[in-house]
Amino acid sequence: MTAVVPDAEQRAYVAAQAADARVNVEFESEGMTLNIGPQHPATHGTLRIVAKLDGEQVVSCEPVPGYMHRGYEKLTEVRTYPQINTLVNRLDWVGSFANEVPFILAAEKLMDVEAPPRAQHIRTILFEMSRLANIVLFLGDLGAQMGGVTAVFYGFRDREFVLNQIEAVTGGRFHPNFDRIGGIKDDLPKGWIAETKVAMQKVREFCDEVEDLLIGNEIFKMRARGVGVIPADVALSYGLSGANLRASGVDYDIRRDGGAPGLAYDKVDWKVITHVDGDCFARCWVRLQEVRESVKICEQLLDTIPAGPIMAKVPRIIKVPEGEAYAETENPLGIMGYYVASKGDLTPFRVKIRTPSFNNISVVPWVAKGVYVPDVITILASLYFILGDIDK
Amino acid sequence: MSSSETATDAAEGTEAEEAEAPPRDDRREAILARITEVLGDAVVGSHIRPGDDLWVRVDRDAWPDVHELASRRLGCTYFSFLSGLDWLPSPFGRDMDSQEDILTKGTEAKEPAPMASGYAGGDTRFQVFSRVNSPTEAYGITFKADLPDDDLSIRTLVPIFAGAQWHEREAREMFGFTFTGNPYPVNLYLPGAFEGYPLRKDFPLLSRRVKPWPGIVDVEPMPGQDSDEGEGEDG
Repeated sequence: MTAVVPDAEQRAYVAAQAADARVNVEFESEGMTLNIGPQHPATHGTLRIVAKLDGEQVVSCEPVPGYMHRGYEKLTEVRTYPQINTLVNRLDWVGSFANEVPFILAAEKLMDVEAPPRAQHIRTILFEMSRLANIVLFLGDLGAQMGGVTAVFYGFRDREFVLNQIEAVTGGRFHPNFDRIGGIKDDLPKGWIAETKVAMQKVREFCDEVEDLLIGNEIFKMRARGVGVIPADVALSYGLSGANLRASGVDYDIRRDGGAPGLAYDKVDWKVITHVDGDCFARCWVRLQEVRESVKICEQLLDTIPAGPIMAKVPRIIKVPEGEAYAETENPLGIMGYYVASKGDLTPFRVKIRTPSFNNISVVPWVAKGVYVPDVITILASLYFILGDIDK
Repeated sequence: MSSSETATDAAEGTEAEEAEAPPRDDRREAILARITEVLGDAVVGSHIRPGDDLWVRVDRDAWPDVHELASRRLGCTYFSFLSGLDWLPSPFGRDMDSQEDILTKGTEAKEPAPMASGYAGGDTRFQVFSRVNSPTEAYGITFKADLPDDDLSIRTLVPIFAGAQWHEREAREMFGFTFTGNPYPVNLYLPGAFEGYPLRKDFPLLSRRVKPWPGIVDVEPMPGQDSDEGEGEDG
């Protein structure tokens, strides 16, 4: 049932965890199967988890996705490119704008179009703001999942400042549908830059608050430190991405390493945050620091938006030339990529959507082996998934 | 890093590029040369888009070998995804495209083109493809392998990339591939009793068969514009 693990070091790690689980065998406690979800307060969305328990410890744990599978890969074959934009908005519904960008980049690659610098700048700002909207909610929700409800209210309160700014420019709070092949739909409204700077300051204050309330909290540290450790090589072979990968000490960020043409990350000064521990605490801590870096990116970009057009010249009816292209970006949840195969029609021939949560959650059977039942919830919370992103 | 270089190239000198020979990508050429050197005849096709991407098509029997090579020797330790491709032109016509032809040009729908594979070629209807990244060198490789219609099986990648497990389960239920050696080959998304393989081109999207997509009414000719090739107005 479990994956074959090649390296001796990994085998030793699994053996150590299995040995822990075996302690209960000596007590001759009986095994039992616990079904968590699909509808359960401890899960968000409809992820079902089947955990085989031995006493208080998990012997094996298998997530069962698919309760919300919407078949987007099939639907993309009968939708035009602009229509697909609205579809993919609904993958990671907490940071929607970020879902559109890699798809548009893949289409731009195939059409050999590049967005003008102003559009690239605004795109990057909105991309980072959807990261803020996403991770601020995560930091709040983290509290609720670990038993401290207070943080949720702070998260939802301060996320509004970001959502208001996204709404002011795109017209949509959750599903902007604002990115276009060759640029963006509209220019920024008057006074938006100054207002956004105020919102960024609010997010910065939120980070300090969460650090006091949650990440620096003794009880939180006791529950999260040393739990659910994922070593770097396991993280790589499972294809984890985003903060989950960087918390395992892998210095890999597509924003810096992918050099994504069509985004303006090379024009700003920021850091890639990593942590060596690879446990639940490290993942949450990396996300908190990434929010601060994200605010830094936004503030620098807001000061340097170049003048110029926001759309490149593209045909009104978009027919994408024959070919294949893969584009990926560092989304709030991790690396999201679209593999687009086109036959020169209005609709793509095939789109493979590589969602970050899919890979991130596939590690759960490995990491939850041998932990105690409440730790499963901590691990799931710290891996941070959005159901729409797993189920596609 | 290389992509940022090419980005500046494109921004600075389009005239200079036109004068030069077609652009080459030495780094990806070198990677391809290494793969060919180790695997020899097992590499049956390749494609390089300079400064962007590399496609390598291998023999079905060399599928795990090429991943092992990429992971152990080429630094591509990051497993991105695995899925399938069905190159059969849709037996249900061109859907959106044909509707658009009728609405804007008044002509009947064109026949779908004959079956053709994408980059790096292909001889069969089904292909399995995967992508691995190098976290240190900032490049990725897309691998493809042909699967003959009468035997849609291929060896599993799980011993090399443990994360391939879920991707193989998804490709199995969506395309009907068999991954020999996969430790837990059961449906991932679909209910256990589901019949058919949804992502195959001959699996009908029923909601679309009974009712055309209402969004098609948006496609209407703009005043003063006769063909759909006209340039859009600038933003």
